[in-house]
Amino acid sequence: MPETVLTDTAARAVEPKPGRTPLLGGRIPLARLRDLALVPAIVVIAIVGQIVNPVFLQADNLINVLQTMSEMALLVLAQTMILIVKKMDLSLESTMGLAPGVAAWLVVPVGAGHGLGLLPGAWAIPVTLAVGALVGVINSLLIIRFGLNGFIVTLGMLIVLRGILTGISGGQTFFQLPESMLYLGTAQWLGMPASIWICLALFAIAVVVLGWTSFGRSLYAIGGNVDAAKAGGIRTDRVLWIVIVTGSVLAALAGLMLSGRLASVASAQGNGYIFTVFAAAVIGGISLNGGKGSMFGAFCGILLLFMIQNVLTLAGVPAQWIGALNGLIILVALAISRITGGKVQE
Amino acid sequence: MSDGERAGTPAPAPADGGQVPAAPPVVEATGIVKRFGPTVALNGARITIRPGETHALVGRNGAGKSTLVSVLTGLQAPDEGTVAFGGGPAPRLADRDAWRQRVACVYQKSTIIPTLTVAENLFLNRYDHGRSRLISWQGVRRRAQELLSTWSVDVDPQTSAGELSVEQRQFVEIARALSFGARFIILDEPTAQLDGAAISRLFERIRELQRQGVTFLFISHHLQEVYDICDMVTVFRDAAHIVTAPVAELPRAELVAAMTGEAAVDRLQVRSSSLDRTALPALSVQALGSDGSYHDVTFQVGSGEIVGLAGAAGSGRTEVAETVVGLRTAQAGEVEIAGRRPRPGSVPAALAAGAGFVPQDRHHQGFVPDMSIADNATLSVPHRLGTNGFLRRGLRDRLADNMIEKLAIKTPGPELPVSALSGGNQQKVVMARALADDPRLLVLINPTAGVDVRSKEFLLGKVEETAESGTGVLIASDELDDLRMCDRVLVMFQGRVTSEMARGWHDHELVAAMEGVDLDA
Repeated sequence: MPETVLTDTAARAVEPKPGRTPLLGGRIPLARLRDLALVPAIVVIAIVGQIVNPVFLQADNLINVLQTMSEMALLVLAQTMILIVKKMDLSLESTMGLAPGVAAWLVVPVGAGHGLGLLPGAWAIPVTLAVGALVGVINSLLIIRFGLNGFIVTLGMLIVLRGILTGISGGQTFFQLPESMLYLGTAQWLGMPASIWICLALFAIAVVVLGWTSFGRSLYAIGGNVDAAKAGGIRTDRVLWIVIVTGSVLAALAGLMLSGRLASVASAQGNGYIFTVFAAAVIGGISLNGGKGSMFGAFCGILLLFMIQNVLTLAGVPAQWIGALNGLIILVALAISRITGGKVQE
Repeated sequence: MSDGERAGTPAPAPADGGQVPAAPPVVEATGIVKRFGPTVALNGARITIRPGETHALVGRNGAGKSTLVSVLTGLQAPDEGTVAFGGGPAPRLADRDAWRQRVACVYQKSTIIPTLTVAENLFLNRYDHGRSRLISWQGVRRRAQELLSTWSVDVDPQTSAGELSVEQRQFVEIARALSFGARFIILDEPTAQLDGAAISRLFERIRELQRQGVTFLFISHHLQEVYDICDMVTVFRDAAHIVTAPVAELPRAELVAAMTGEAAVDRLQVRSSSLDRTALPALSVQALGSDGSYHDVTFQVGSGEIVGLAGAAGSGRTEVAETVVGLRTAQAGEVEIAGRRPRPGSVPAALAAGAGFVPQDRHHQGFVPDMSIADNATLSVPHRLGTNGFLRRGLRDRLADNMIEKLAIKTPGPELPVSALSGGNQQKVVMARALADDPRLLVLINPTAGVDVRSKEFLLGKVEETAESGTGVLIASDELDDLRMCDRVLVMFQGRVTSEMARGWHDHELVAAMEGVDLDA
């Protein structure tokens, strides 16, 4: 959080005068262009990638990038909605592991690892989504109904959910997943992995919902000034419930896709993802203070991060250094996104 | 007063047949009682507002104006009494839409969402939907443009609402209120944050809308504005309705008398001055100025003298006092405390120069609620508690015990957290801290706000006692009781010191000066 505060004030200092900033004859306000702020950066990375290794721009490689990012992109989507209403949900990464974990636990036959074999394989997907929804309901109950601090609640949930997954799996990995759980992670639709289609489709839906429906706009209103939103007749608590529960369900879906792709549910599935998720959202122009940012920007944020990682891998950077570089990339990308997009941010 | 130009404007005649008995009043509230715990915020209050008039509601702080506004806008249900709109009963509290069609309030605090565009703010949650059931932004923008031009508000609907000036924001909020169908609008101190030119534009707009049949309830601390713009005036005092009269028939002196109450008018002050002219002045302020809050403020506080700095909210009195103690930095001018010039904008420097102060809002700036009385009272004097940065608890507790006794703080011991004390005793802790280092200058900002009567008397008595010991005292307040014991009172109005009154002033004189009204006009 501190970085946005800092950069926000820095950006305000840079801004000459917060007057009207019409562009192109005033038809497109500059604010709208903020959404596109990362596009030049993505183009630059694509060019650099192509120079580093001609493989980069080949279809196979691009599909590979999109597929590896698809699960985390769903978390970014969920977190973006939640950040826009000025909440945050750290527990998404644990939900991503626990939801398919519970499904695997109940479905995987006895004898193979810690499976109980209680339910037929077809139940795996409904169970996964139901666990996601349940986590969302618990979070909402604690945050909205009981008015607890969202950061601490979801931090607690992050630890609890991870612990439950470790408990039911005995710290091991579930294998021999049923066909239904593998489908989303392995299927090809029209020559592209299903997870890419799902990811792109959900982002497209989210862009439309946030931009062109009353419900979507109410997210911005709540994040911008919750009292004014209430005074405007928005049922703020209900919107918050929907956002938080939807976020958790999306995390469960992301977990399902990842499990399917890896054909397993590790007890550490999703562990540590949340930091990259936050970084992508902030790089994509989502304000941690709520009410600001777009889905398209968030998508660009996560895409940029994964493209840079891919370029590094192609450049032959030793695997031991990838972790340090990942952190560094996030910091540099944040700085770049402020330079390119920061001027129009308040 | 120096403001003769504004004082000269004649009150507009009542706009139309507002008094015609056939038309039911736009709003009529009768016998309103509202209690918050033990305090009675409204006690049988009433107000009747007729169509097309601009009705002023005046009263001193705590008279019950804001409570009445929240009752009239349906934010709070009265404990007793009824509210009727246009002759019909008020809607249920939960029916926000029905309320919005009848009444709207433009608050001092913005109800605009800064991250969204003006157009979106105007039609929040009631967007135009296209054939696909998605929001038609074109439609929203067009309607916003129409709405803004109907009421001739010159704002681009595409602008981000956060970029609007206070004035533009008010116009946008008024336009939004009108778009709901409300033709009765409450303006809660709309001029507080505006400069002179913007105020006259606002008044122009109000008159224009009045001609188009909009009724206003105008709440202001500046009585002159009431005479400039309003037809009728209602005065509240001590949670009750005092008088309602056409503005033209209520001379200024009577209006001020209605606000202050006759009883208090002739209470005189009985303190003999302890001013020591031979000693260095405790405070000397030279041509102090800061953009937008005060200009060219010059005065001295002698050793042992008590000087009041009076003024309505937004007059700059608080800002000047805060500048003296280093909470703010002035853009021009100098502050000299007991012959020393502390670094501007530094509280430690001001304290080191010999200032002690009681800040405006004790909850925000006065104390750390969960820390003990001892810790709070000695917060600003660590150098007295030991050497080399190490605190000696024994020393601290002895010092604190001493203060508790001197200020008669009701507590079982110095270890009690301040949050467990009553308001009056909390303020005593803040006062104790101000006095902890035997200051040469004591600056008090609203020292008795939210304090019970007995603690108030005690605190003010303590102030006199301190002055007798040779300390100069500056009291920035609009509470007459705080100012009564001052050797002289400087009155600030719109950022300038406009008059000075020696001890022996009458309440209505001081109030009139604070409101910027010339009683002789």
